[in-house]
Amino acid sequence: MEIDLSDGTFKDVTFDDELLEDYVGGRALAAKILCNRLIDEWEKVDPLGPDNVLLFLPGPLTGFFPGGRVCVSGKSPQSNGVVGSTVGGEFGVELRCAGYDGVIVTGQAEKPVYVFIKDSDVEIRRAGNIWGKDGKETNTLLNKECRRLLSERYPRYGEWKEPAKVYIGPAGENKVRTAVVMAKWTHAAGYGGYGAVMGSKKLKAIAVKGTGPLPEVANLRKVRRMINAVNKNAYDNVLWRRWGTGGGGYSFAANTSSEPIRNWQEEWHDEKSYGVDQFENRVWVKQAWSDFGCPTNCLKIAFVKSGKFKGAITDNPDYELQAYLGPNLGLFTPEENVFMSSLIDDLGLCGIQTGNVLGFAAELFQRGILSKDDLDGIELKWGDAEAFAKLAKKIAFREGVGDLLAEGTYRAALKIGKMKGKDVLQYAVQSKGIGIGAHGIRSGKDFSTDIGYACSVQCGDHTSITDLPLDGSGSEVWEAFNDSAVLCNFNAFGLPRNFKFDFYNAVTGLELTREGWAKGGGLKTLQIQRALLLLGGPDLKWNPRIHDDNPARFYEPLPSGPYKGKAADRTSVRDNVQKYYQEAGWDENGVPKSDTLKKLKLEDVDKALRKLRK
Amino acid sequence: MLVPGADFPHLCTQCEDYPCVEACPFKALSVNKKTSAVLVNAKKCTACGKCIEACPGRIPHMHPADKKIVICDLCNGNPQCVKVCQEGGWNVLKTVTRGEHPYELYARRPDEQTRNLATKLYGEKAEEFI
Repeated sequence: MEIDLSDGTFKDVTFDDELLEDYVGGRALAAKILCNRLIDEWEKVDPLGPDNVLLFLPGPLTGFFPGGRVCVSGKSPQSNGVVGSTVGGEFGVELRCAGYDGVIVTGQAEKPVYVFIKDSDVEIRRAGNIWGKDGKETNTLLNKECRRLLSERYPRYGEWKEPAKVYIGPAGENKVRTAVVMAKWTHAAGYGGYGAVMGSKKLKAIAVKGTGPLPEVANLRKVRRMINAVNKNAYDNVLWRRWGTGGGGYSFAANTSSEPIRNWQEEWHDEKSYGVDQFENRVWVKQAWSDFGCPTNCLKIAFVKSGKFKGAITDNPDYELQAYLGPNLGLFTPEENVFMSSLIDDLGLCGIQTGNVLGFAAELFQRGILSKDDLDGIELKWGDAEAFAKLAKKIAFREGVGDLLAEGTYRAALKIGKMKGKDVLQYAVQSKGIGIGAHGIRSGKDFSTDIGYACSVQCGDHTSITDLPLDGSGSEVWEAFNDSAVLCNFNAFGLPRNFKFDFYNAVTGLELTREGWAKGGGLKTLQIQRALLLLGGPDLKWNPRIHDDNPARFYEPLPSGPYKGKAADRTSVRDNVQKYYQEAGWDENGVPKSDTLKKLKLEDVDKALRKLRK
Repeated sequence: MLVPGADFPHLCTQCEDYPCVEACPFKALSVNKKTSAVLVNAKKCTACGKCIEACPGRIPHMHPADKKIVICDLCNGNPQCVKVCQEGGWNVLKTVTRGEHPYELYARRPDEQTRNLATKLYGEKAEEFI
């Protein structure tokens, strides 16, 4: 379904079978749709303007593969490329049950609106009363209003349950580049900054209730059997079920030395106060909390029962938020971490990107580059949760210094550099506009290699890192499949390599193999994403020679811990980047070659890239 | 279910006085003697919705396509939802017999159940979410 917010109309759009066979759904389809519609004028399209196209795309496996997810995409206000940002929750499943395989949003509304979908009953409604509300209030108010609408319009249905929603908080409304698209309660599509895109379109939320069945599958018996196999596999994953990624806050620091601490100045700590057992005993009030059909329930509900931060509520927090809103800011207790996460959820900010920019600001304060006056009187000391909370609120509302930091780490670094006449980019731990996920590369013990972030088409996104060889197990093409199918990485842990493709074939009746994806749709997706990333604009463009690299910090030796002294090696990174270019069919400047694109029948991409080749 | 984000199963508890069966003007509902489950005779059901109103938990559900009432029939004494819940190790769903518990405690309206769950999770903050 395509919704044009400028004139308030909606219509059904369809795609050829051939295109769908190639691009599957989710991230790959998003890249293709954006390429088809916008590639000729890509550099001029303002991600926060009316011309951007915002996409909410489930995939063919959404609703079947246990643990429903939906992919949010568009031109990213962070990288100026395309990021396929997936978020859990029932939104994708409800959407498919309502009879749609996705929502395409174009234009810009004059006044704040939200979209209400109940099967074929679609309405663009005024959102005046929820505009400006924080995340949890928005969710509660929307829930009430939608349930009222449903019971008024369909009184004899029985009790209407909660409709699935995606929405933004104040940060999205204020077009903060680190704003997320929230789903359900504390779930968020973070990377990419699509909350700001929703805000620029004045779209507060989409709520959907579907009462139809999911689309028919090709081989029902096989799909049933495979769902059971996923469940059984997940049941055996005892630690995941008990702790989710919450075990990481301690282990990624103590064991693998790869956790951001004080803006990545260190990556090792041995703070047992930050162990997952402390979270479990002190703040988790619900041990099993999951989305529809999920066998893992890696999320838990955390609530601070007493003390200074009493009343703060969020999920786990998961490892990324544990790290970025914990040690990265010098915070080492579950209560402070839950408080920060809860606040970030309420403001509709991304915990990773905002944690990154907060840590960056705090390091500048530590080094005397930003003064207390520059920070509007906030003394931004490591470990002061309340100071960080104040600054986060300023970012979400773009007040004072918050307006500067709301641009994200990279853009803020450029501006502060100019303002102070100093090179502060060396303290910005990001890759092409996107803050690096909380998995460092210096110790070499975590899952990303030294080119994982530098060569990824989703830049700092730790869920889309890449590696050589391009059809090897560390390659980004498999992440691209997960985000396109769309399925949950965690529920797929430990399954045989071909399982996802067999599942896809059982659902669709097609015959896609691993090799077929790596040489076909997956590779095409990478090329399109790479091309659009390099085209960039309008405010920033990337030069692969400079920007296909790790942040400067990763070349500084680790100062502490068992891997003390280890760092990434510039020569080896440069060599590996060149090897990656070759393997991906890119020239020595990192631009996809004409031959490569023609072989993949991407002539339009080739044409658009001509101006980048010399 | 009514508190955003905190979903839980919401099923027929087989009240002793069966107000839904009483309320049906077309005698489409009956009680299975073996399992005590409420059975729906789809041929007789006119989708009038009286049973939904009569049920203290608003449990009966109108099938959106067939326009017939759907009520849990306990899978003829072997509820599959309980089976998978046990398989998954959650131990949330369990079958109980009439003698085991004060039965009335299970038959609560969803908004009441929601309030209880929210209070358990969020303490005094619960009211903000309801």
